[in-house]
Amino acid sequence: MTAKQIGKRLIQIVIVVIGISFLSFLITYLAPGDPVRTMYAATGMMPDEEIIEQTREAMGLNRPVLVQYADWLWNCLHGDFGTSYAYGGPVSSLLLTRLWPTLKLSLFSMILMLVVSVPLGMIQATHKNSLLDYGLRGVTFFGVSMPNFWVGLLLMMVFCVQLGWLPVVCSGGDFKSMILPAVTLAFAMSAKYTRQVRTAFVEELSQDYVIGARARGVKEWKILWLNVFPNSLLPLLTMFGLSVGSLLGGTAVVEVIFTYPGMGNLAVSAITAYDYPLIQGYVLWISLIYMVINLLVDISYHLVDPRMKGER
Amino acid sequence: MLELKNVTISYGDRPAVKDFGMTLKKGEIVSLVGESGSGKTTVIRAVLGLLPGGGRVTGGDILFEGNSLLKNTNEQWRRLRGMDISMIFQDSGAMMNPIRKIGGVFVEYIRTHEKISRKDAWEKGVKMLERMRLPDGDHIMKSYPFQLSGGMRQRVGIAMAMTFQPKLLLADEPTSALDVTTQAQIVRQMMELRDEYGTSIIMVTHNLGVAAYMGDKIIVMQHGKIMDQGKREQILRSPQSEYTRGLIAAVPTLEGERYV
Amino acid sequence: MKVKNFIVKNKSFCFFAFLAFLIVLIAIFAPVITGGVSPSEAVLADALQPPSTEHIFGTDKLGRDIFTRVIYGARTSLTAAFSVVILIFILGTILGVLAGYFGGWVDAVIMRIADLMVSFPGMVFAMAIAGIMGASIKNAVIAVALVSWTKYARLARSLVLKVRNRDYVAAAVVTGSKTSYILRKYMVPNVIPTLVITGATDIGGMMLELAGLSFLGFGAKAPTPEWGLMLNEGRQFIQNASWMMIFPGAAIFIVVVVFNLLGDALRDVLDPKNE
Repeated sequence: MTAKQIGKRLIQIVIVVIGISFLSFLITYLAPGDPVRTMYAATGMMPDEEIIEQTREAMGLNRPVLVQYADWLWNCLHGDFGTSYAYGGPVSSLLLTRLWPTLKLSLFSMILMLVVSVPLGMIQATHKNSLLDYGLRGVTFFGVSMPNFWVGLLLMMVFCVQLGWLPVVCSGGDFKSMILPAVTLAFAMSAKYTRQVRTAFVEELSQDYVIGARARGVKEWKILWLNVFPNSLLPLLTMFGLSVGSLLGGTAVVEVIFTYPGMGNLAVSAITAYDYPLIQGYVLWISLIYMVINLLVDISYHLVDPRMKGER
Repeated sequence: MLELKNVTISYGDRPAVKDFGMTLKKGEIVSLVGESGSGKTTVIRAVLGLLPGGGRVTGGDILFEGNSLLKNTNEQWRRLRGMDISMIFQDSGAMMNPIRKIGGVFVEYIRTHEKISRKDAWEKGVKMLERMRLPDGDHIMKSYPFQLSGGMRQRVGIAMAMTFQPKLLLADEPTSALDVTTQAQIVRQMMELRDEYGTSIIMVTHNLGVAAYMGDKIIVMQHGKIMDQGKREQILRSPQSEYTRGLIAAVPTLEGERYV
Repeated sequence: MKVKNFIVKNKSFCFFAFLAFLIVLIAIFAPVITGGVSPSEAVLADALQPPSTEHIFGTDKLGRDIFTRVIYGARTSLTAAFSVVILIFILGTILGVLAGYFGGWVDAVIMRIADLMVSFPGMVFAMAIAGIMGASIKNAVIAVALVSWTKYARLARSLVLKVRNRDYVAAAVVTGSKTSYILRKYMVPNVIPTLVITGATDIGGMMLELAGLSFLGFGAKAPTPEWGLMLNEGRQFIQNASWMMIFPGAAIFIVVVVFNLLGDALRDVLDPKNE
């Protein structure tokens, strides 16, 4: 990927981020209820009208929407995402302390997912329409139909309550408390990804170059791992980038179930408490993470496929 | 050397080739002519044991140097392919991994069949390319398939196929995708291979002109059956079937002379 | 005779359609099936009873019969999921057809918004929207619809672009047909089949997302019988009343499986190209 292409993508990202920032600003602006009252309610105070009006003036809430938005965006660009109503501290430092646990959890579950789904999908593709293939297709089908919060609760019931192997409350953020949340996240994703890996490999195995390699007498394992596998990386990477989206959404649910100290958990309580600055910050950050990951996927795409180098 | 006896090949329940029989001697070229869907490609794919999904030889036998190929284990097949029997395709470039350089594919192939170092394999590849009159073999080895022209890709394919001087070369429409000038060059080069190495060739084509130019014998196929089979002159002068007569009549004439 | 032929040819589709129909019937006749017990009838004396002959799925913390609530929950889930799919189907079709047919700035505006919507994780946004607008099943439906319509719009647009420049459309334009007539007569019918398939395969997924929102507390509000919400209530009693979370979860799972299978089967019936 040339510097020019990366630059183009970065510009795209900036545009999208501005769009998202506007959307997330808009929903909190259009939300029912008065942010000032909400803020005081969050801190447990019941001030009179005069104080509310003063606070509103002080927070600049009486200015036109676009001015408020521009002001907020300007502050965001300087790393100031506002002050959380419910927690009192700056949004950026709140999110920052929760960022690493969530990234750690996501990374761990993605590794779990890849370790499970890539080999399974490959076996299915090389044994297409065999009994094994049908069996695994059934399993993955049920996998994608399972609600992940139910899977989480079932796992919790078996491993924490019945067997007592792992803690019910995973607020520590250490490795042991990460196991069940990660397995839960990986479960649904693996089912979906295995199906996609299978499709990608079936497609790739039917390519002409596979016949060519066979006609040259190349060993099957070499065909599979040194030729088919690198070629399948292209579609798999794309799917991977897209699945990060559902992963980031999924972390919220799983973090709530296991009371894991991540961004998703924080966001859910922020939404429940109408903590607008925190919600806006969360949506922006998650979108940014998602887009950066997909940019990296795009760049790696160009590293894998030499045909892309010629394009400009 | 190669003998097909009453071979029937089916996809599922539907036979694609029925009762196919032919023999091929050392250094002989047989042209297999027919329209698309006549089963000619299926025949040579069966000889290499590479029938596409669901295809099976359901009757008859294929003998190569006296041994039945149908009894081969997967490993025996693998050793045979690219060593004793090679194949060239309509577009040899498409038959190579698109994200690897020619050199990578070539070295992988050579080292599959011969225990030599990467470097020696590379040099052997370059030598083969240059023997196919591809200038600057080293440069080609460092190119990706998509960077070469159709004619060059085809020469690379032939160079690869001839690396181990196979006894039998199966050519599946090797000239169909090329322009007329390149076509003639490739055809001549393939004829030279026979003279140089004594390679037997089965040439599959839908072009009667090419078939007649190259083949010592011609087999005409339609709907999975042999319509005509015999020496070139015999087929061209006194074809047995109505279908072959039609094919010959359809070849364009130039100043009253038929260029077949 | 025709009906019989169809059933023989599409056995699996008919079977899953039958199962789905059964689920719909259960939802409609919930009062009959549960024998007139109300899903919100709380008998505190019977709180947290394990499954027995009287309460086959047990009772919850307020002594409500879980079997009754699970059966009634089918009403909530089915209505919500169908609403989402119908909503995004209509929205996506209209916007996609307009974008594809008119092109130019109409296309640019609609598709840039669509691009925007897919370039960040939709569920995160749906959570924020549903939560801020206030927890209710209606708001959850709107939130999910807002982040999901883009797929349909893209599909509709690409299908319209395929026929946009065909001769019969040009002929209709030349002979003075009204634009609205062309859209209705040629464009919309052209996109409907593919979008119906997409919609059918999406029902299960939408149910999961809606249940997920309810589970987080951004969807159905108590005391509505809704499976995701019931799971959330059951979560607090995981140590001593596991039946509270097993049965609602199983209900979601079974219904989603049936609708996913139905969607796949429908695709095979309408679109034989796909394997």
